[in-house]
Amino acid sequence: MDWIDAEVEAPLTLRVNGVPHSVRIDTRTTLLDALRERFGLTGTKKGCDHGQCGACTVLVNGRRINSCLSLAMMHADDEITTIEGVGAPGALHPLQTAFIDADGFQCGYCTSGQICSALGMLEEVAAGWPSHVSGDLMPAPPLDLGEICERMSGNLCRCAAYPRIVAAIQSYAASREGEGA
Amino acid sequence: MIAFDYLRAADRDQALSAAQSRDGARFIAGGTNLLDLMKLQVEAPRRLVDIGALDLRQIERTDEGGLRIGALVSNADLAAHPLVRARYPVLSRAILAGASAQLRNKATTAGNLLQRTRCYFFYDPAVPCNKRTPGSGCSAIGGFNRIMAVLGTSEQCIASHPSDMAVAMRVLDARVETVLPSGERRALSLDELYRLPGDTPQIETHLQPGELITAVLLPSPPTGRQTYRKVRDRASYAFALVSVAGIVSMEQDRISGAALAFGGVGTMPWRDRAAEDLLVGQQPSRALFDQAADTVLAAAIGHGENDFKIPLLRRTLAAVLGKLTETVA
Repeated sequence: MDWIDAEVEAPLTLRVNGVPHSVRIDTRTTLLDALRERFGLTGTKKGCDHGQCGACTVLVNGRRINSCLSLAMMHADDEITTIEGVGAPGALHPLQTAFIDADGFQCGYCTSGQICSALGMLEEVAAGWPSHVSGDLMPAPPLDLGEICERMSGNLCRCAAYPRIVAAIQSYAASREGEGA
Repeated sequence: MIAFDYLRAADRDQALSAAQSRDGARFIAGGTNLLDLMKLQVEAPRRLVDIGALDLRQIERTDEGGLRIGALVSNADLAAHPLVRARYPVLSRAILAGASAQLRNKATTAGNLLQRTRCYFFYDPAVPCNKRTPGSGCSAIGGFNRIMAVLGTSEQCIASHPSDMAVAMRVLDARVETVLPSGERRALSLDELYRLPGDTPQIETHLQPGELITAVLLPSPPTGRQTYRKVRDRASYAFALVSVAGIVSMEQDRISGAALAFGGVGTMPWRDRAAEDLLVGQQPSRALFDQAADTVLAAAIGHGENDFKIPLLRRTLAAVLGKLTETVA
């Protein structure tokens, strides 16, 4: 690839939820702004726009990241999953159902970020990644209250629905375990 | 954000030559710090060379029994790597104590080392800051300075280095492997990588223009127990007020080896060999730990609101040494 000059829109194709989206884009565009403003995928929310609140969390190649702190141009080779790819009205993901059952939100603005983050977090736990609160670095960590709180600390909820967010995640994780997943 | 030319480099050679081909080019990898600063126009590079596609994501054993960590290995992957968890637990612990899971998934090893301070005034283009605008003055000296450094400061800048990972790298004697635009390679200890602020706080490292970090090299695992203790305002997702990385070995009831590095207190990840030397050969005691703290803090300067870091470092060091020597601090 050659230089793309400033203020010249460049062609870019991103794969989001399995669907390619092609646009011409200013190099400054963040992944978050591309999703919301160019592809109409407004389920991903802009909170602080500085990587502090987690509302913009999406999954890139299965890993959770802050989409506000990444340029869209950096993701031409990636598989991006947003809340629209997690579930849809009438076909909710079981974690979305768990959030409703546990009343895991009040205003709901942080919820899509919480859900994408929790899905990424559960994969990290399944891979045996330790956290700051893990007593031992080597064995697979338990998914207890302390572990969930620490691992979800990158997602703020200004309504402070935290106890119910944790309950929703615990309930979903327990049901997944029950299925041997 | 100020507009910039952008190039996604296919490989190392293209990245190096692209950075030379146009003035004002900067490398970008994870981007979690640089893009944040660009949004605030604290940083306004005219050109970005995206190195995200370079083949620098491996963690390999070295012939010397250590590890070679590719510059683009994510903080998350590094902390979770089985060899790091087993042999360099201080490094896993330091990384896991920093940032959030989302940021650790994106941030890279080299980017973490090169992240900028979180000094409030550096982040606020409306106020003077010698690091952001050389010669404009320091708003932290005589201003709100609770998070600032007490070691390695100058009359121009008292901004603290924010990294946890770099503190562990420092205690482990890590070296960065770089390549210059000429193709020449070199390796720098962290002592050789970082600069104290002095009269030029805007220059934070000894890297040359267009020089690219390709890896971080860890020597073979040190003897002794390792720990990382971080003290902060919140239990999670907050920068260190004080942190201590320690590696201590014992022979019978005496300390036979000690390495200590400090975060949150210095303008660069801090290490004090004199304090380490003082511990070796001695029986652990609170009086000995205090002597080590006296040595580390001999040149410490508080600026009012950050005065508390001086006794806090003393107590945190005593707690870490007490744990590592299995004595009551």
